[in-house]
Amino acid sequence: MNHTPDARTVTRRALIKRRHRFNTAMTILSLLMTAVVLLTLGTILLTLLYNGLQAIRPSLFLESTPPPGSAGGLANAIYGSLVMTGIAVAIAAPVGIMAGTFLAEYARNSRLAEFVRFINDVLLSAPSIIIGLFVYGVVVVSMGHFSAWAGIIALAIIATPIIVRTTEDMLSLVPDNLREAGAALGTPRWKVITSISYRAAFQGILTGVLLAIARVSGETAPLLFTALSNQFWSTDLNAPMANLPVVIFQFAMSPYEDWRNLAWGGALLITTAVLALNIVARLSAKGRKS
Amino acid sequence: MSDITASRFKSRMNIGDPLFKGLTFFFATLVLAVLAAIVSVLVMDSLPALQKFGPAFVWSQHWNPVKDNYGALVPLVGTIVTALIALIIGVPFSFGMAFFLTELCPHWARQPIAIAIELLAAVPSIIYGIWGLFVLVPIFQHYIEPALIATIGQIPIIGLLFQGPAIGMGVLLAGFILALMILPFVTSVMREVFSAVPAVLRESAYGLGATRWEVVWRVVLPYSRVGVVGAIMLGLGRALGETMAVTFVIGNAHRLSLSLMAPGTTISSTLANEFTEADGAIYTSSLIALGLVLFVLTFTVLAIGKKLLLRNVGKGGTA
Amino acid sequence: MIPQPETKRGIMLRKLKSLSFATALAFAPFTVHAADISGAGATFPYPVYAKWAEAYFKETGLTMNYQSIGSGGGIKQIKAKTVDFGATDAPMKPADLKTFNLIQFPTVMGAIVPVVNLDGVKPSEMVLNGHVLAEIYLGHITKWNDPAIAALNKGMVLPAIDIAVVHRSDGSGTTFNFTTYLSATNAAWDEVGVGKAVEWPAGLGGKGNEGVAALVGHMTGAIGYVEHSYAHQNHMIYTRMINKDGHAVEPSLETIQAAAANADWAHAEGNYLVLANQPGADSWPMTAATFILMQKVQDKPKTGRETEDFFIWAMDKGDDLAKDLVYVPMPDNVVSMTKALMQTLTDKNNKPLPLAGHAL
Repeated sequence: MNHTPDARTVTRRALIKRRHRFNTAMTILSLLMTAVVLLTLGTILLTLLYNGLQAIRPSLFLESTPPPGSAGGLANAIYGSLVMTGIAVAIAAPVGIMAGTFLAEYARNSRLAEFVRFINDVLLSAPSIIIGLFVYGVVVVSMGHFSAWAGIIALAIIATPIIVRTTEDMLSLVPDNLREAGAALGTPRWKVITSISYRAAFQGILTGVLLAIARVSGETAPLLFTALSNQFWSTDLNAPMANLPVVIFQFAMSPYEDWRNLAWGGALLITTAVLALNIVARLSAKGRKS
Repeated sequence: MSDITASRFKSRMNIGDPLFKGLTFFFATLVLAVLAAIVSVLVMDSLPALQKFGPAFVWSQHWNPVKDNYGALVPLVGTIVTALIALIIGVPFSFGMAFFLTELCPHWARQPIAIAIELLAAVPSIIYGIWGLFVLVPIFQHYIEPALIATIGQIPIIGLLFQGPAIGMGVLLAGFILALMILPFVTSVMREVFSAVPAVLRESAYGLGATRWEVVWRVVLPYSRVGVVGAIMLGLGRALGETMAVTFVIGNAHRLSLSLMAPGTTISSTLANEFTEADGAIYTSSLIALGLVLFVLTFTVLAIGKKLLLRNVGKGGTA
Repeated sequence: MIPQPETKRGIMLRKLKSLSFATALAFAPFTVHAADISGAGATFPYPVYAKWAEAYFKETGLTMNYQSIGSGGGIKQIKAKTVDFGATDAPMKPADLKTFNLIQFPTVMGAIVPVVNLDGVKPSEMVLNGHVLAEIYLGHITKWNDPAIAALNKGMVLPAIDIAVVHRSDGSGTTFNFTTYLSATNAAWDEVGVGKAVEWPAGLGGKGNEGVAALVGHMTGAIGYVEHSYAHQNHMIYTRMINKDGHAVEPSLETIQAAAANADWAHAEGNYLVLANQPGADSWPMTAATFILMQKVQDKPKTGRETEDFFIWAMDKGDDLAKDLVYVPMPDNVVSMTKALMQTLTDKNNKPLPLAGHAL
């Protein structure tokens, strides 16, 4: 057999080589892309850490926001965010869980359920600034002033669709034979839902609530037109209340050094809380699976 | 479940069942009511402006608080252009990452990297805003934009997009940050969509001697094409509505400009900047009309995206 | 799958959740009431209002919450009665004051200064005038080494870089005063007009005086207009201006006072007075007064009284704080007129508000 390959084999081999080279190039490219994105994430977090840590000291948590040129902290903003997020989720959770229950337990695949799911998704992805506009028009104008309550309502409207979605997803994972077993024992339907379905989906529903908290803590736009902000310590829900995102917005765009430091500190606080909540949510989801 | 299981409960004679069912039904309709309320408030409050300007509102370039003459064109164009830039930069990256994660990544690294990418999604948008303002603006102003002006800016026609003083802030930077923000989302949906492709198809392609890239590009992608487009549309929807990340870096200028380096504005950053101070019925109403335009835009894009994703699921069947 | 009894992890999570909720509630017993007086508006006087609020709190324990959201916002909020007072440096016309039943009085006067970001240029070194400023903001002059700028700055080396114009993106009294001045010194500016917000032919927008100061600080080659305190506090490079009489002057207490010397408050109906481009050898050309708006009929008489007390205290005792920040306090005759004006405030039943309280 002669060793010179014929023309067809040569082209075929060349073609194969080219395809493999292209594959290698694409492989390297995708590797690079992933690396670049991860590096960028790393840079953002590192910048946040570097600038934010400088602001972390006891006064950050103990003193309220100062006028420019004076020292201070973020106590009122932290309090405001905790309270408004807490109450908003406390409102959104029952509403969301109940609505999700309706979708997963009762309506299932009916036309109504499809419609509610669709509307829920629209609410879920609606720009949060639109929700802020809505709450301004309805709550702030009728109350006659900005207030923490308006902010709470805006945040609740943002949190509810998230909880509806996750509750429905988690509840529909619960197998029907559990429910039928309950029915066979003579349990009324509502009791089957509360003591069997909820029990089984508990971790998942909790994950949904945690994710809603995480999402809502970082929202700025809706609070701009509702709770506004307050440079003093205030616990009055009927008045403007300081909150981390709006304070960060104000302070970061200012020319004052001490304000900008506080903005970074606040940013670090929010990001830490949000990331921690996400990680806890993931872990609890994993725990359920095992 | 369906009617079989449901029928097991039908013969109950107790008050708890209808009560509970009514309760859940009430809250489900509450969700509907909220959306209906949002739409009606938006429409009602934009009526004064829409009545004054008519449909010309959408394509009017003016934004003149002195003469009370407003138009949505500049913010609308800004919204769309920044979102497009976000897609043009973000989609290839998402695809590259999805390719990496589904085909190339060693199994032990898959979860950690996926988690890292999803953490990018969890970072609140205001963080992207201040990071963009303090870190990226100087980089863009002193390095990236001059380089772009000197290279692509010299090419005829397309160079018109890369002209002008390099100030760092502007439409290009805003689009870049938006790309970062939609990346994790689009990547994870793409990953899901890729993983839903039946193994049989992949394996037969490999069996025929296809390289990894070819399998993804010629088998997986065409198969999940509808879902991928759906993912892109969802990413687009997010980019259109993003406020905080954009407001910090876009420069807030109500002017149309061919160059991407120029400052501009989006609907959401106009609202964030001007709403609390807008004085006058027509000014406020025009801003709300802007909000209505944004809502209609994002609604349309998201609805299309969801339909496409649902169709993909139906077509692909269960993995 | 049989429902498992609650896992250790589940119990832990539940406890964590109730712990964090309890912690949040733990702050609740702090029944400190909300700010006693709330106001919103101009960013122009914000530094001095903030200092006054701090000092007033130390002296009386009363809090004054001021949100600097721009003059447009201040006017909007006081019309809607969502705040106790509004602040604006674009004064409301007497007809509008009557329509919305408001009173208006000036608190301090300050200077708007141009600020630039150029390497090697020191504060107060560069000289500009209204005509050139308008040309820059019209987009007609685009480079720093333009002959028009060089003519005013003989002997200075000006770089051949682009001018990055920065203006306000929100509704601003500072813009109102700035555009009034540009309109008075350059006929071409009339195509843009005068107002709290205008259709800017060039440049990018910053939110508030703070935003403009921050933007100019970020970009080499930038020019902006800010209230003097902002330039001073942030060590920015401000320029001198050529005033109506043709002299190049610096922004300072003396030049602001010179501009204010001709101000005839006694005959200004509703206290409507714009101090741009005042004559006088030492006058700072971009001087502006800033105003407070209050509802004539106070729905909450106690709060109305407290608001009055705060401003009376500020006008009587806050002069030094204002001067430290290069704001000129109002002359005594204006202070007396303001106090008399406050006497005209009534409650819902048309009874005047008693002036008892902390300031006396």
